[in-house]
Amino acid sequence: MSDYKALYQEVILDHNKKPRNYGTLEHPTHHADGRNPLCGDHIEVALNLEGENIGAIAFQGESCAICKASASMMTTAVKGKTRADAEEITQEFLAMATGKRDLGSLSHIGRLSVFAGVRDLPTRVKCAILPWHTLHAALNAVESTSTEAENDPMQAPIGDA
Amino acid sequence: MNDTHTAPQTQAASACDVERIRADFPILKLEINGKPLVYLDNAASSQMPQQVIDRLVRYRTTQHANVNRAVHTLSEIATNEFEEARRKLQHFINAREEREVIFTSGTTDSINLVMHGYGRKFIKAGDEIILTTLEHHANIVPWQMLAEEKGATIRVVPVNDAGELLIDEYEKLFNERTKFVGVMHVSNALGTINPIKQMIAFAHAHGVPVLIDGAQAVPHMKVDVQDLDCDFYAFSGHKLCGPTGIGILYGKAALLERMQPFKGGGDMILSVTFEKTTYNTIPHKFEAGTPHIAGAIGLGAAVDYLSEIGMDAIAAHEHALLDYATAQMSQMRGVRIIGTAKNKAAVISFAIDGVHPHDIGTLLNQDGVAVRTGHHCAQPVMQRFCVPATSRASFAFYNTMAEVDSLVAGIRNVQKVFA
Repeated sequence: MSDYKALYQEVILDHNKKPRNYGTLEHPTHHADGRNPLCGDHIEVALNLEGENIGAIAFQGESCAICKASASMMTTAVKGKTRADAEEITQEFLAMATGKRDLGSLSHIGRLSVFAGVRDLPTRVKCAILPWHTLHAALNAVESTSTEAENDPMQAPIGDA
Repeated sequence: MNDTHTAPQTQAASACDVERIRADFPILKLEINGKPLVYLDNAASSQMPQQVIDRLVRYRTTQHANVNRAVHTLSEIATNEFEEARRKLQHFINAREEREVIFTSGTTDSINLVMHGYGRKFIKAGDEIILTTLEHHANIVPWQMLAEEKGATIRVVPVNDAGELLIDEYEKLFNERTKFVGVMHVSNALGTINPIKQMIAFAHAHGVPVLIDGAQAVPHMKVDVQDLDCDFYAFSGHKLCGPTGIGILYGKAALLERMQPFKGGGDMILSVTFEKTTYNTIPHKFEAGTPHIAGAIGLGAAVDYLSEIGMDAIAAHEHALLDYATAQMSQMRGVRIIGTAKNKAAVISFAIDGVHPHDIGTLLNQDGVAVRTGHHCAQPVMQRFCVPATSRASFAFYNTMAEVDSLVAGIRNVQKVFA
């Protein structure tokens, strides 16, 4: 009866309705475009790297609630973190969303665990991971990324997730 | 397993005995997420009745061999059944001759056959090809490839806000450079039924041949290719209660004979030496390699099944479903129906304020309701209506009024979750 609640939790619905860090940055040091051509989701991530620290970060785009909430919570999770920390959280998020690792083995996920439910909805996994893939692309100075390109995160997980 | 759906109480009895029909479709007895399956994704692919499944089993268990080859008994049986299927399809669309019916892998393959066989031979630099805003990518991309190769130009017929083609604009596109028209019979994204008979007549008055993409029309209405006078008509088996991987290209014999083959190989030749190959006659010229024999025979059984119910009865029942669903959904606050043509097939594309189609699709699925969400391989349509994607409920003759109620209840739930 309430299966959808496993995925559409209050916190996800809240971030969808009131996304944090939504918009653009004036002159970002790093920026990337992420697309899922299968469903049309499109996310832009812009950030300012101050030394090794992520200072400002913003996202915008056209996407479903899962993707938007994931992007919103991603920005709050990595803001102020070092690039290395952000990449580590990214790897853990991908491992969680694709079901490769159990929640118990992940130490940096925190509130992001609300997305664990997507592992049971294969058609929606890409919605949740697109923002993270885009963040990874931005941090590595790749201008655009796609869930269907050869660097498809489903085929080739970032790092050793 | 109990079928929880009841006969339509909310509407006058329709021409189809839906409960009897539903009993023929084993998959409709499934439960999804603990709810009875409400299958409203028929425009993507329809389900298969037991009669077609049984026919496939009979072919595979007692009739299989390669066709048009050996003299042994099984090969003769398979060849006869394969050609009998061609005759069934010929009668189903009222083609003049059975050699005008070519087995392909589906609508996309059929259109590509025309692009390669006709387009690459007869379209030249500076020529113009007319398509419409409503087209599926399958009737856009092959022509773009051809236009790029030849230096030809594609002209596009616009639509109004209801999703109807602007016929005045269509007629204005014609000039001495116009060499080909490609138009879909029924829009997969919006359900619009296009006035193709009138469009074909106008093109013919200018000496221009017309290809009709009939993928969404053939399953839902009586199609008579002689009455339409179309030059080519393409459709797929799997939207017609048949198997995937099989489809039809109808073409007028005189045109097919002038065309070059699309694929080279076995079956499509009369003689081969390394100096010269003589092509086979139609339809075999266009059927290189071992065909999807089981698919063709299954499709033959599918059109037998549909003919027994009657395409007019099917159209009437689906129209009743469309009217009922449209009446309910157009009253819902925050729900917008995209595609409101006066002449529509049983397809409802819709948007819910503030909710992305994929979230709608996931939540409806939790209620057992299967709809399509996305751009429906018709991105120009999405751009025209300024939406990234829509949700689409597409009905078949085995759907019920109670299933429309389930869809409407599902939409209310989506609105509640996202309130």
